Amino acid sequence: MRALDHKRWRDFWKMRGQVLAIGLVIAAGIAIYVMSLSTLDSLTFTRQTYYRDYRFADIFVSLKRAPLSLKERLQSIPGVAQLRTRVVAAANLTVSGFNEPISGHLISSPSTGTASLNSLYLRQGRLVDPDRDDEVVICEAFAMAHAFTLGDTLAATINGRRKTLRIVGVALSPEFVYQLQSGSLFPDFKRYGILWMGRKALATAYDMDGAFNDLLVKLATGARPEEVIERLDQLLEPYGGLGAYGRKEQVSHRYLSEEFRQLEQMATIYPTIFLGVAAFLLQVVISRLITTEREQVAILKAFGYYDRAIALHYLKLVLMIVAVGVGAGLVAGYWLGRNMSELYMDYYRFPFLIYFLHPRIVLFAVGVSLAAAGLGAGGALRRVIKLAPAVAMRPEPPATYRPSWPERLGLKTFFSQPTRMIIRHLGRRPFKAILSVVGIALACAILMVGSIFQDAIDYIVEVQFGLAQREDLTVTFVEPSAYRALLSLQRLPGVDHGEPFRAVPVRLRFRQRHYLTAIVGMPEENVLHRLLDEDLKPLVPPEAGIVLTDQLGHILKVKPGERLTVEVLEGKRPHRQVTVAALTKEFIGVSAYMDLASLNRLMREDNLISGAYLAVDEPHLTSIYSALNEMPRVAGTVARRHAITSFYETMAEQMLVFTLFVIFFAGVIAFGVVYNSARITLSERARELASLRILGFRRFEIAYILLGELAILTLVAIPLGFLLGYGLCAYIIYYLQTDLYRIPLMVEPGTYAFAATVIILATVLSAGLVGWRVHRLDLIAVLKTRE
Amino acid sequence: MVETGEVVFAVTGLSKVYDMGEIQVRALSGVDLTLSAGELIVLLGPSGSGKSTLLNILGGLDHPSAGYFSYRGRDLTTATDRELTDFRRYHVGFVFQFYNLIPSLTARENVAAVTEIAKQPMTPEEALALVGLEERLDHFPAQLSGGEQQRVAIARAIAKNPAVLLCDEPTGSLDSKTGSVVLAVLEKINQELGTTTVLITHNVVIAAMADRVIKLADGRVVGIERSIERLAARDLKW
Repeated sequence: MRALDHKRWRDFWKMRGQVLAIGLVIAAGIAIYVMSLSTLDSLTFTRQTYYRDYRFADIFVSLKRAPLSLKERLQSIPGVAQLRTRVVAAANLTVSGFNEPISGHLISSPSTGTASLNSLYLRQGRLVDPDRDDEVVICEAFAMAHAFTLGDTLAATINGRRKTLRIVGVALSPEFVYQLQSGSLFPDFKRYGILWMGRKALATAYDMDGAFNDLLVKLATGARPEEVIERLDQLLEPYGGLGAYGRKEQVSHRYLSEEFRQLEQMATIYPTIFLGVAAFLLQVVISRLITTEREQVAILKAFGYYDRAIALHYLKLVLMIVAVGVGAGLVAGYWLGRNMSELYMDYYRFPFLIYFLHPRIVLFAVGVSLAAAGLGAGGALRRVIKLAPAVAMRPEPPATYRPSWPERLGLKTFFSQPTRMIIRHLGRRPFKAILSVVGIALACAILMVGSIFQDAIDYIVEVQFGLAQREDLTVTFVEPSAYRALLSLQRLPGVDHGEPFRAVPVRLRFRQRHYLTAIVGMPEENVLHRLLDEDLKPLVPPEAGIVLTDQLGHILKVKPGERLTVEVLEGKRPHRQVTVAALTKEFIGVSAYMDLASLNRLMREDNLISGAYLAVDEPHLTSIYSALNEMPRVAGTVARRHAITSFYETMAEQMLVFTLFVIFFAGVIAFGVVYNSARITLSERARELASLRILGFRRFEIAYILLGELAILTLVAIPLGFLLGYGLCAYIIYYLQTDLYRIPLMVEPGTYAFAATVIILATVLSAGLVGWRVHRLDLIAVLKTRE
Repeated sequence: MVETGEVVFAVTGLSKVYDMGEIQVRALSGVDLTLSAGELIVLLGPSGSGKSTLLNILGGLDHPSAGYFSYRGRDLTTATDRELTDFRRYHVGFVFQFYNLIPSLTARENVAAVTEIAKQPMTPEEALALVGLEERLDHFPAQLSGGEQQRVAIARAIAKNPAVLLCDEPTGSLDSKTGSVVLAVLEKINQELGTTTVLITHNVVIAAMADRVIKLADGRVVGIERSIERLAARDLKW
């Protein structure tokens, strides 16, 4: 091995503490980058493969009822490659040992063979026997939530008739990767199940013999979806068509796309910040490291080593440091990405996961690290090599110090000699001090970003469930019912209060934009379920006009005072012009609201209601549930408590885990920055500090000079970090807005406190480590060599 | 091997001004000199007289501010950095007062760092044997005494068989006994290898071992004395 190689390996080993600190920073940046992007890549590819292999449809329509004979006409629509008619029904499910209401979504299985579209991935058991009417295949999430095994039974009330069903299979479907009950906001696998039944059995139970109420369409290559949708809507209008829509509006696909988009944002924003900060630090640290090698460079030059050889020597050293970080980062990133993807698998119902790490991700990570290190090393090396060896070997001329500005202002007498040294040292190389401050501030900012989701979630729950949706139960009827149905609910023992609502499926149209949603009609005297205005004050729907959520207003680009067209998709299907009366603030969902009476007038119907919001006595819940279950009119019941729990669970799993990683790595970066700052300052000033020790300064006095500087840098960096952090949060929140939910920008005082605490802890820890080195400062050795 | 009498260095009107932070220091002003092959020359003068500056310029470690100097007829005043590097690499060996060993390398490796880039070097072991350190090959600088470190530095300087050996206060940090051992090594190299040797000191006693003594003060040459008879290094006492 060449002598210089020996030198390099030994130098590397000697600075292992710093190598570790720098390596950690790089590793943190790379791990976050690899984790996020590989997870996104893998999930996207998994979804694509799943959709293709299980023939996920392109267009979806629900309707009231159409004869099977219509199929031929539908099939002849230009652009339709394949279609599948189905019977879909809502049911109340009863599982022994579970007293709460469960909503079931029943779908017909083809009478022969496997389904041509949206086919099932069978996890266990078999498909239903078309000739039997008591067999059912259930979705995996539901099976797992209730620990069902094959052969177990459950009861379903379909169309008011109770039927016992035996589980013969457990399956997954590409149309329910994200499994959500219509009208609820987050998945609840215990209280919502998807069941596949034999076509004949379901049609008989649901009065759909020789008919269908759901249609799936696969488009021919090159077909224009809008044209097919238009033709489908025309053909199905007489049969109560609820409006055909493409994948873009299919619930599961849409949620998935939104989540992928969010993941993509996170996978872009976080790694950019992390890798950016890591690169910045690497650049600063390497540059200062090489500056301290000034004398050794001079010796090598005096021996006649060429500049190129010296540069190469140090570049190799830098490369070794970078390799430690990159290697650790890649391994950690791969491992985390794998686990992260699997975590998503618990949540999205994919049958399989194809996890892979694309080489482009690795190449980019390595490239960025090398570029940053090269940049840091390059500048410093140029400066060091440029010096004539004789100059480099001489001790640096005494640095030019000046009285600092506080001293010039006449505050000099207030400072002790060591304090003056600190202030003057900072003042002499302000740029270096600024770099350290910026590094620490960036770490502080990242720590704040880690907490914004928690803050936002708390705020959403407080507003959405504390101020707006205050009901305990939401009961939905099978069909719009007369107002007196509310009375039968209000009369149940334990029900304190009940408020009616009416939900009407509509397509809202403003200019060329349109959106499929529901208008919810509410009476003006509501106290449970309320709308809120910009200032979170209750907003009563006016007698005339429609209230949109701000997000819906944004999608349609419509402002209060403008008129939009309401195309009702049920009953007499009227089209009406309605004025937008106001916008309401909601974080979740995209809905429209009207006064209950005006909505019924718009529908030209009597006083009909779709369901009710109830406030109940907790001890009576079980008896209320069983009473509701006995009511044939009731299609489903959602409990608010469960909505909140599932909201927390959902958000917690997908975002908080990610957030934990971010906080952990931000902590690592904070420590890396502070420790490196202190460590380099120590090696730059070791001689000066040792001289002071010889002059009789005590260890703690020396430590004060060194660590006092660190303390000042940290104290300056924290407020700057707060500022950067707030900006960063705003930036991230801006990019994470989706149709489905808006995340408010909430930075709680606790978040600032948390970030500051971590930074201060990192500082104390670094100070401890460096202080220990000060303690062991070898006075004689320092003075014997010229530096 | 260099023939005696051939001019190795010719220096005319050499000056050097340093920028030391906010002040300027005139280290050399108008030095004229010639150094011949195989000579052992002592540069004598108080501190600040310009000895080290002159040595650094001769060794290609620094550029003069004005004047002219050549090595074996080759003008080095206008040499590029690359040319100066080659000059140091193939012709010059340095010994410094503070040894300037690379702390992370052993004695053998410190020498190897130079032999690896030289044209016809001795082996590190040979060089270290010449300075009497064949037993301490694998010791790190921190494990060697001052005298031993300086002998490693000398071994490192001579291992490439340089034509010129430039020593800046080689005994400056050593006690008298260790110092004369180190000087004896330098003397041996000069006599056995015929290496032109320039030795800086402010110790008058050491001047007795030189062929010529050049005295400097305030950046100027104030006297050149040729010795009638060189004293052996081991006989020097201070």
